[in-house]
Amino acid sequence: MAKLNMVQAINLALDQEMARDSRVIMMGEDIGVNGGVFRATDGLFAKYGEERVIDSPLAEAGIVGSALGMAIAGLIPVVEIQFAGFSYIAFGQLESNVSRYRWRTQGLYTAPMVVRMPYGAGVHAIEHHSESREAYFAHTPGLKVVTPSTPRNARALLVSAIRDPDPVIFLEPTKSYRAFKEEVPEEEESYPIGKAEIVQEGSDLTLVSFGAMMRVALKAVEELQKQRKIGIELIDLLTISPLDIDTLCTSVKKTGRLVIVQEAPGSFSVASEIIALINDKALMSLKAPIKRVTGYDMVIPYFFREEMYLPHPEQVVRAIEETLSY
Amino acid sequence: MPLEVIGTFNVSRLQVLDHNGELDQEFDPKLSSDKLLKLYYYMLLNRRTDERMVKLQRQGRLGTFGASTGQEATICAATLAMGERDWFVPSYRESFGAVMRGMQLSKIFLYWSGHEEGNYTPEAPRTLPIQVIVGSQALHAVGIAYAIKYRREKESAVVTFFGDGATSQGDIHEAMNFASVWKVPVVFICQNNQWAISQPRSRQTNAKTIAQRAYAYDMPGIQVDGNDALAVYKVTKEALERAYQGQGPSFIEAENYRLTMHTTADDPTKYRKNEEVDFWWQREPLKRFRAFLESKALWSEAQQVKLEEQLNQEIETAVRDFESQKNFKVDAPFEHIFGTTHSVIESQRAEFLAEQLKRQQQEQEQERR
Ligand SMILES: Cc1ncc(C[n+]2csc(CCOP(=O)(O)OP(=O)(O)O)c2C)c(N)n1
Ligand SMILES: [Mg+2]
Repeated sequence: MAKLNMVQAINLALDQEMARDSRVIMMGEDIGVNGGVFRATDGLFAKYGEERVIDSPLAEAGIVGSALGMAIAGLIPVVEIQFAGFSYIAFGQLESNVSRYRWRTQGLYTAPMVVRMPYGAGVHAIEHHSESREAYFAHTPGLKVVTPSTPRNARALLVSAIRDPDPVIFLEPTKSYRAFKEEVPEEEESYPIGKAEIVQEGSDLTLVSFGAMMRVALKAVEELQKQRKIGIELIDLLTISPLDIDTLCTSVKKTGRLVIVQEAPGSFSVASEIIALINDKALMSLKAPIKRVTGYDMVIPYFFREEMYLPHPEQVVRAIEETLSY
Repeated sequence: MPLEVIGTFNVSRLQVLDHNGELDQEFDPKLSSDKLLKLYYYMLLNRRTDERMVKLQRQGRLGTFGASTGQEATICAATLAMGERDWFVPSYRESFGAVMRGMQLSKIFLYWSGHEEGNYTPEAPRTLPIQVIVGSQALHAVGIAYAIKYRREKESAVVTFFGDGATSQGDIHEAMNFASVWKVPVVFICQNNQWAISQPRSRQTNAKTIAQRAYAYDMPGIQVDGNDALAVYKVTKEALERAYQGQGPSFIEAENYRLTMHTTADDPTKYRKNEEVDFWWQREPLKRFRAFLESKALWSEAQQVKLEEQLNQEIETAVRDFESQKNFKVDAPFEHIFGTTHSVIESQRAEFLAEQLKRQQQEQEQERR
């Protein structure tokens, strides 16, 4: 096993899937010769050639729209949008075509493709490089939305995304790209899409998060457990859509308390959806109102103020304490 | 009906100053000495500020930043051709055009150090802020041009800038098409600096020139040596005159070169050869312009030394001005979400401020311990 950061782990998954299946084609801006602005595709152009690792013209709608054509014709395109903030140009294709080709043709033509994109705040970037807009994609029926949080699960989930029969929006938390390393096995490993991970078991409170915020949630848990003995069940969503309702409900039925941490604005968000689902399926088990720690309903401020506007471990600790002492 | 040719096009390229600073009299826009000196001043300010900013970035005093080194002639000469009543609609490489139109230099530093305040520039009217989404500004330019036409404004048009990479975006096609159908007063300036991050111009379009695209929209199009300030000035001025006279849009491909990295986060040695960069350094815009000024006896080594000293001081003053600004309101972002107040936003603002207070208290406690 090698210790890899998330970018290297993603690179490993891409490399192995390309080696395994000649239908896998990559496309994006600066992904070939340059190996991607984050180096996620480093070395693949040299190894697989320009026919399979395509430096496309600078046009996101073009990338996603033509990828759909490739998918319809039997290839498996894995495209990179340089930053999620540029994906909205391609949103028309995602909403109007990619997400519904299977439905439109009654399963005759499908869209097995992956749209990878770095997303999220905390890397001191300029405008459009920091938002978390997973809700847009998750709100689109027919798109699967996956957000890894560590090198190992990024690799395992990406493998599943590439082999999935449907379009997967693969949101890579930029902040976690090089933040830490983890053992990632060389041999094949995958993790099912649609399944959350119970990172740590506990019986007092359920804490749910995903993406870069998993680190914030983990810090909060460590902090609290230093102070006192407390059983927190920490759940990493990993797949945002379709949500793993079973894991969430089982946990909340056990603990009776729930705190959700996300970077995106709170309104109309993943956290809102989880609350609605718990309301439907586990309301009577609740011992306290559900709390969410989220971003504000605004554009992420430029980086001078960015940190102030992101959820902080101490903020999560306070939310947990308030929920426990309700 | 027999097969017949129903349309042909040709593409012209203009150069007035060659790369030694030799002037072609026939096309000389005959700028006054004042204007020539003003142009040189801003081109050099652009160059020196970019150099300073790269250093500031390396010292951690600015964030990631993209210089416009090598593109000063296109930026500054096109802006010089514009009038106060014209609108300036840039991408992220033309900030010095905004400076020429009155924007404080320190706003550039504010922007690249992560402050929205850098975009608040009432001192430079009709000058839009940096646009990061490649190509999207061209459509805004067309809308502004429509408003100008609608209001029957005199001597008013829009100049918008974008890169060679941007020409691949649907937005650029749509903007040119709308402008042509509506016949609105807009000048499209494509700064073809040969690269879009790691991608050479040839990966964006298979056409021989970008300028020829104008033909498809039935608008005047020309390629110009973008390292030649006089040529850029001349073609921009002519395009603006046509726009003022109700003749609609024009397209200019200004061929220059991105002499340094895409941004400070980029390493161009990964994708381009030093020989190519050296070739273009021979053609860079300042050297030839200075040679031209000297040939007209408008410039000397002594003046150069004096100007360098002056620019150095101006830049230092702007840096100091920027770094001494302290009282940034932390909750300012809540003020600019909507133009009307809403309880959802206001309650979030209250939560935010309470949260900041708690974080501060916690920090102070930790310090005491
Ligand atoms: C819609 C969109 N896609 C991708 C990017 C990332 N990006 C920023 S600049 C750039 C290259 C632009 O090249 P060009 O248009 O030639 O302008 P230049 O940077 O050379 O001035 C890319 C891909 C972006 N900012 N916006
Ligand atoms: Mg370019």
